[in-house]
Amino acid sequence: MKKFQLLLTAIIAVTLMTSCGGSGKEKAETITGAGATFPQPFYNKIFKNYSSEKGLVVTYGGIGSGGGIRSLKDEIVDFGASDAFLDDKKLAEMPGEVLHIPTCLGAVVAAYNLPGKPELKFTPELMEGVFMGKITKWNDAKITAVNPDIELPDLAITVVHRSDGSGTTFIFSDYMSKVSADWKEIVGTGKSLLWPVGLGAKGNPGVAGTISQTEGAIGYIGSEYAFAQDIPVASLQNLAGNFIKPSVESVSASAKGEIPADTRVSLTNTDAVDGYPISSFTWLIIYKEQDYKNRSLDQAVQTIKLIEWVIGSDAQKETTKVHYAPLPEAAAAKAKAVLSAVTYKGKSLK
Amino acid sequence: MNSEKIFRYLLIGSGVLIVLIALGIVTTLFIGAIPSFKEFGFGFIYSADWNPTQGRESYGALPFIIGTLVTSILALLLTFPFAFSISLFLGEYFRNGKLPSFLRSVVDLLAGIPSVVYGLWGFYALRPVIIDLGLNAQGFGIFTSSIILAIMIIPYASSLGSEVISMVPGSLKEAAYSLGATRFEVVKTVIIPNAGSGIFAGYILALGRAIGETMAVTMLIGNSNKIPTGIFDLGNTMASLIANQFGEADGLKYTSLVEIGLLLFVITGIVNYLGKLIMKKLSA
Repeated sequence: MKKFQLLLTAIIAVTLMTSCGGSGKEKAETITGAGATFPQPFYNKIFKNYSSEKGLVVTYGGIGSGGGIRSLKDEIVDFGASDAFLDDKKLAEMPGEVLHIPTCLGAVVAAYNLPGKPELKFTPELMEGVFMGKITKWNDAKITAVNPDIELPDLAITVVHRSDGSGTTFIFSDYMSKVSADWKEIVGTGKSLLWPVGLGAKGNPGVAGTISQTEGAIGYIGSEYAFAQDIPVASLQNLAGNFIKPSVESVSASAKGEIPADTRVSLTNTDAVDGYPISSFTWLIIYKEQDYKNRSLDQAVQTIKLIEWVIGSDAQKETTKVHYAPLPEAAAAKAKAVLSAVTYKGKSLK
Repeated sequence: MNSEKIFRYLLIGSGVLIVLIALGIVTTLFIGAIPSFKEFGFGFIYSADWNPTQGRESYGALPFIIGTLVTSILALLLTFPFAFSISLFLGEYFRNGKLPSFLRSVVDLLAGIPSVVYGLWGFYALRPVIIDLGLNAQGFGIFTSSIILAIMIIPYASSLGSEVISMVPGSLKEAAYSLGATRFEVVKTVIIPNAGSGIFAGYILALGRAIGETMAVTMLIGNSNKIPTGIFDLGNTMASLIANQFGEADGLKYTSLVEIGLLLFVITGIVNYLGKLIMKKLSA
């Protein structure tokens, strides 16, 4: 009898104690973020470094860009992460003013599985033809015309796309809409699309796995996932007419142009001569006013410190180790300027 | 307060809580689905459009309703001969001994394997077979998913069956034998009529399990949001669609997904209700 009461009291006490962790504490202990999977290998690496250096735990959940935006909207994270910047309509829907801080550059690559792993070249026309199902065989004259010195097999093309909504799809379709009128008309740009052909797989790893297990498959994935699984990727013809392989240099080159003050810019189909055409920034998103959900001043300060560190040289050095490109100096300066606008209860944190 | 009373309140409390949670789920689904229903009306159920591109959004559930029903029913048909044999084997022919108890544990083990592992196995082991048979160029699709589902639901379809078959009164069987019936005739004329409704209940349980399965299906069905043209074509199911799309969903897409969830709930309800009706008929 007594035991029952004790047990009940204990259960109630424990639930009360666990239900209000995190916010309202004076000293920050953990910083929580969630969002894009496209830069996740990079984030996992640097946040681990940060935790072991500073003794502050950073947890990052790869739940997709949309999930990251929603988590920030619900004010349950210190920062969100997204591959697609929030357009004006989305910004207006957020409860507070949102800042975009670019953290690195990544490429979306056309990865394929063909016997002998040939190095293919693709033009925008070929991309449209293959991903819209107009070209169905690998030895189609249109493909062999661009790749005259490669013996292509008489094999059906299997297009693999994402089954879940994703920032990677957004970047890819943003590019396709810029280079193909048909694509823009029929498919359009978005995180998930009405696909004319092909099969869907979940997440970047799912698409990469399906490509590497299916002969004749082609799909689009974040470059890191192609390199990690050793799947060949196509060189793409850019606006200047050059065939460019995705690499740290060619992705960096795509960000050479003018970047707006709020860093919200699409880099796809870049006009840089040596730029890879499907490159993109990926952003961390935070509230300009850090005093929400009764967060402590320290929590706000630590969040900003972390993000400053991410765009600083120590973390940027790590980008290339996981096949991302570091922020060009101009972009990093812009990112720092954006960060300096952050306030806590109206006061600048600087 | 004595312990009798406390215990009683605990029991009442948990009972009420479960009912409240169930009601809460339905209410949440209803409220979440209202905007989608206002937008599309009943057309949502028979429209085959699923276009999430901003500015052209239109959503319809038909491809997923078809995908869900076809994969589940096909899986049940594939499961039936195996599940029925296992039920008879364990419930009537070999009730005790090493082999049956081994078989029983293996079947129970099937129920314990996480669905993502089934999905993996299907992806790496079953797909090449499907490709070699020339059923589907990539080895994905409705048929592939159904085979995996069939294996997954064997334990649900067979264990209840073997229970009821073993509970058929011995005296009835003895009577049939004494009239000169063979073993097969006993199964046909005594066991199946007596245990039929119980066996059937197991299949309804299994069907419900197949309808709701998500992960293994997502990995194998090809996630194509169009109406499948045949059982070897790619498709998608309601559960798999929700799992794939909700992470990025907002606005109209979000509410459409909630409505799909509600429809899934309704379909499962209808299946269970039909099952109960048929069971009544069988046991009458």
